[in-house]
Amino acid sequence: MSNNIKVASQDTRGTNVFDFSVPELTEMTKKLRRHIITMISTAGSGHPGGSLSAVDIITALYFKIMHHDPHNPRWKDRDRFILSKGHAAPALYAVLAESGYFPVEELTTLRKLDSRLQGHTDRNLTPGVEMSAGSLGQGLSFGIGIALAAKLDHHDYQTYVLLSDGECEEGQTWEAALSAAHFKLDNLNAIIDRNQLQLSGWTQNIMDIEPLNKKWQAFGWHTIEIDGHNFDQILTAFEEAKATKGRPTVIIAHTTKGKGVSFMENNVEFHGKAPTLEEAKRALKELE
Amino acid sequence: MTVEASTREAYGRTLIELGKQNKDIIVLDADLSLSTMTHFFAQEFPERFFDCGLEEQNMIGIAAGLAASGKTVFATSFAVFASCRCFDQLRMCISQPKLNVKMVATHGGISVGEDGTSHHAIEDLSLYCSLPSFTVIVPADAIETTEAVKAAAATYGPFYIRLSRPKTPLIYRKGHHFTVGKSITMKQGKDITIIAMGIMVAKALEAAKMLADQGIGCRVINMHTLNPLDEEAIIKAASETKAIVVAEEHLAHGGLGSRVAQIVAREKPVPMSFVNLKDRYSLSGKPGELLQRAGLTAEGIEEAVKQVIQKK
Ligand SMILES: Cc1ncc(C[n+]2csc(CCOP(=O)(O)OP(=O)(O)O)c2C)c(N)n1
Repeated sequence: MSNNIKVASQDTRGTNVFDFSVPELTEMTKKLRRHIITMISTAGSGHPGGSLSAVDIITALYFKIMHHDPHNPRWKDRDRFILSKGHAAPALYAVLAESGYFPVEELTTLRKLDSRLQGHTDRNLTPGVEMSAGSLGQGLSFGIGIALAAKLDHHDYQTYVLLSDGECEEGQTWEAALSAAHFKLDNLNAIIDRNQLQLSGWTQNIMDIEPLNKKWQAFGWHTIEIDGHNFDQILTAFEEAKATKGRPTVIIAHTTKGKGVSFMENNVEFHGKAPTLEEAKRALKELE
Repeated sequence: MTVEASTREAYGRTLIELGKQNKDIIVLDADLSLSTMTHFFAQEFPERFFDCGLEEQNMIGIAAGLAASGKTVFATSFAVFASCRCFDQLRMCISQPKLNVKMVATHGGISVGEDGTSHHAIEDLSLYCSLPSFTVIVPADAIETTEAVKAAAATYGPFYIRLSRPKTPLIYRKGHHFTVGKSITMKQGKDITIIAMGIMVAKALEAAKMLADQGIGCRVINMHTLNPLDEEAIIKAASETKAIVVAEEHLAHGGLGSRVAQIVAREKPVPMSFVNLKDRYSLSGKPGELLQRAGLTAEGIEEAVKQVIQKK
């Protein structure tokens, strides 16, 4: 597969493939948000809200924090990113394309017949995608398996799992929370996209998950709370997570569903609805 | 022009009607009420509606507890999550104790479309048919949906009713007579029988029309109830038409085709063919494209009929 993106160096652990500054990250996420809008409106279906709330976190991981090699997606020493909230696939696809896993032009094939970019992530079809998802609440368990394998094989890669706040309702998430701490997986990091909304409304009204921080603490995790759209805070949190020994870390990232597009922000309607062409135009204008 | 209507909307509207008649009807959902249309009931009877959030397994246990306390419980999610995600809970909490829970699931099959394989419910019928106490129904259109939902409410015991995401062609009129476990012969024919369910019934009728022009007379049966199966109609079809094609929006194993074949093999072996999803996952794409790709079309049925009729 060809691409025209510059990649810094053949990676040995210790050098990042990408080492973006905060202004560069900020610039990049603008572009990625535009991709997300274009992809979903072209597809005519998809999940803009939760893609826009998560994209800053995923960008920080791929363009600053993680060791990974777009030319060698299954490089065995890579840090792993698992998108548990699989409906935010457009955000991940946009990041993967811009970092060189596949051509940016491919993004607009999203959800089309025979595209490598499925509606929800597919481990076998898309270069760079670690795990198939779409049935919520299963990603953290998979992350535990990956993190356990790293311990067994003495690899020092980190594993990052991005969860939605809705997924903190699924029982399996809490089974995973319990066992990750039990196994002392300090190489496992969960990030919760705490955008306060789920499909039908506010989590507080549908199924209250608070006090969230205290719950994770009680389950044996190191917890950090940040503004999930502030790169200084995101980067500091990932550093702190990596430095934490003896237990896993969860970063509760306070975010806004639909972030960056005024009429999508905090609007549950845009959880799983594509913008019309006119709405997409307005959104792209706001994201210039 | 075929008129289309939404089976899930028919479900939502029927729930209101049932809720008015019976105050012991309770509706549960798992954060999908806006898509499954249980929000109609929620608006009308907020005190009898519980959104369990993203907790499908928990929802099944709650449904069982309510049912054991005398309630008639409708529990709803997308068909994938209402089957695969909570199968042991269905088995232990509803099937074995035979509790009065009606699982009504929308977004069945691959006609879900663009959301892709994670959201395509193609194993659900196999799973539900493997649970001995469940009555399993796949209505052929919105009108039959209303009748099936009413019948489920009126009959004690576990039910699974599978509905679709897209609107589907109406093949019945108001006043349609529906009996659980009793198939409907849509069209008589002497050369072969097409047994179909759900969205495949309309396609079977279309295929029968095309085949009639070629001199092949097809009997078309709407086998809306998969469990208990209308064995009598199957045996009669095998005896009289001596060849059978089964069409369903499901994997090859454990669905309607397997179940019909068991009866045919036991009672009256005749050549059979199967139009289904074989042993494969689908992809993201428009519902029509995916059905076309999988051969779940009138043409697909036509071809299967022509092949099997040669073996008579
Ligand atoms: C197990 C399961 N149940 C239901 C769904 C349908 N569904 C898709 S997204 C969603 C909720 C979205 O809210 P959240 O998980 O908080 O995601 P975000 O707000 O970050 O987009 C639901 C119920 C699903 N994908 N998986």
